[in-house]
Amino acid sequence: MLKLFQTLNRVAFIKATIAALAVVILVFIGSRNLQNFDAALIAYLFGTIFAVFGIAYRYSVWLQRPPTRLYWRRSMQFLFSKDFITYASRSVYLLFRNILFQRFIAYRSRTRWWGHFLLATGCLLSFAITVPLTFGWIHFTLEPGSYEIYNANFFGFKVGSFELGGLISILAFKALFLTSFPVIIGAVIMMKRRVKDGGVIATQSLEGDWLPLVLLIAISVTGLGIGYDYTFLDGRTHQFMAVTHAITVILFLIWMPFGKFFHIFQRLAQLGANLYKIEGKKRGMAVCPHTKEEFATQTHINDLKRVTKEVGFDFTLADGSSHLDLSPEGKRSALAKAHFEARQASGKFFG
Amino acid sequence: MPSSTKYDQQMGFFIDMQRCIGCHACEMACAECETNGQESMIHIHYVERAVSTQTTVQVCMHCEDPACANVCPADAISKDEFGVVHTAETSRCIGCSNCVLACPFGVPQKQEKAELMMKCNMCYDRTSAGKKPMCATVCPSQALFYGTREEIEKKRPDSVPVDTFFFGEQEVKTKVKIMMPKGSNYLKVQ
Repeated sequence: MLKLFQTLNRVAFIKATIAALAVVILVFIGSRNLQNFDAALIAYLFGTIFAVFGIAYRYSVWLQRPPTRLYWRRSMQFLFSKDFITYASRSVYLLFRNILFQRFIAYRSRTRWWGHFLLATGCLLSFAITVPLTFGWIHFTLEPGSYEIYNANFFGFKVGSFELGGLISILAFKALFLTSFPVIIGAVIMMKRRVKDGGVIATQSLEGDWLPLVLLIAISVTGLGIGYDYTFLDGRTHQFMAVTHAITVILFLIWMPFGKFFHIFQRLAQLGANLYKIEGKKRGMAVCPHTKEEFATQTHINDLKRVTKEVGFDFTLADGSSHLDLSPEGKRSALAKAHFEARQASGKFFG
Repeated sequence: MPSSTKYDQQMGFFIDMQRCIGCHACEMACAECETNGQESMIHIHYVERAVSTQTTVQVCMHCEDPACANVCPADAISKDEFGVVHTAETSRCIGCSNCVLACPFGVPQKQEKAELMMKCNMCYDRTSAGKKPMCATVCPSQALFYGTREEIEKKRPDSVPVDTFFFGEQEVKTKVKIMMPKGSNYLKVQ
């Protein structure tokens, strides 16, 4: 326990506490002092608050690493510059392309893209539904004087109404069942890859690759179980279905900051990396002294010289230049030339 | 990474680029490696085409303290208990190219459209099953050799495997060894 306090990252702890408190405050505001809060969802709420704390803590620790910090600062610097409109619109485009549609995965494998897209879309839509419900931000009430019209309220304000039994009500009340199907299909596609691809089989792990998929399927199946229970079993197994679903979801929430699911939040850094490249090109390219060709942006090379020093590497050469001024091909050639010279000096090239 | 593998720690990877004849057999074989997704990760090219026919071949050297992993902003690169530095974890890699530009051996490659870094991971699908990496099995001049230290010392009595490199004052130690003239302890690159 003492070790836990000794290794505690104070900055991250403060930020995570603020984030968790912000959620609590927003729950109070959004649910009108808990008036609209659904007490049945209390376990989900605590799980979510823990997840927010853990994700904020890990994100903060992650941002303190020199290369991550540099990308974060550079992204913010370029975004909030005189080119704000250009970069903001580019970020929105990338948000759709890379985060919501994960297009980059299609270039790795089309089947993998389908699997991941279904999985991610199902999960993101489920988040979008459950989080506001858990926080008490969304609740439904009957229209006064009516038994057929339902009102949807957001933060206590009426935002829409629909007829009970109509298409909208079916979609609204069964939305989580609908989102569970893409999750299951996506997870099965990803699992299939994990039993067929030799390279994946060699490098995968149970906790890092299989358990997240199993857990997502468990969440979806137990969620469907709740619907199955009240549709076909008259709610006779409701307790069991509700508890097993709650257990799987809360496991997911608690695990989120630690395991594979954290990549959902890390992926946003890809937007920054893209902006960094665009701005870097504007500022000028680095030319390799060996190949005489452009190979990276000069901003990137300069930043990397700083970052490598911060993480304990100094590639400065005797003439004041840096090994990092060379392109990858230039570096390989420099190594081959040094090896050739060493062999030449020994008088024997082979043996 | 899974720990229950048949990775043989007695086996080592030894390279000698003066033996490279530029045949590209390793490149073709590398593309067969399943951990690369059928992309060739090995680098083979002329050193200075205008003045020399010298070619060079480069695999990942699997550094003890990998610069690529240190500069990765996404924590996507990891080293396992056998000292193998693995290619970027696909779910984490953000395609920033930090590793590509920081590796002193010029090894990682960026797959631009896939926004993903990929590199040689010593044919982990094979080495973890007790087999040799693809490139080393096909290299006709044995510029790439995978075997025990005793085997290579017997084959190359006038050479010694070296695992220390200097780039300026920066020392880099590697799992993969380079064959140097007898008596050498390191290779100073610049």
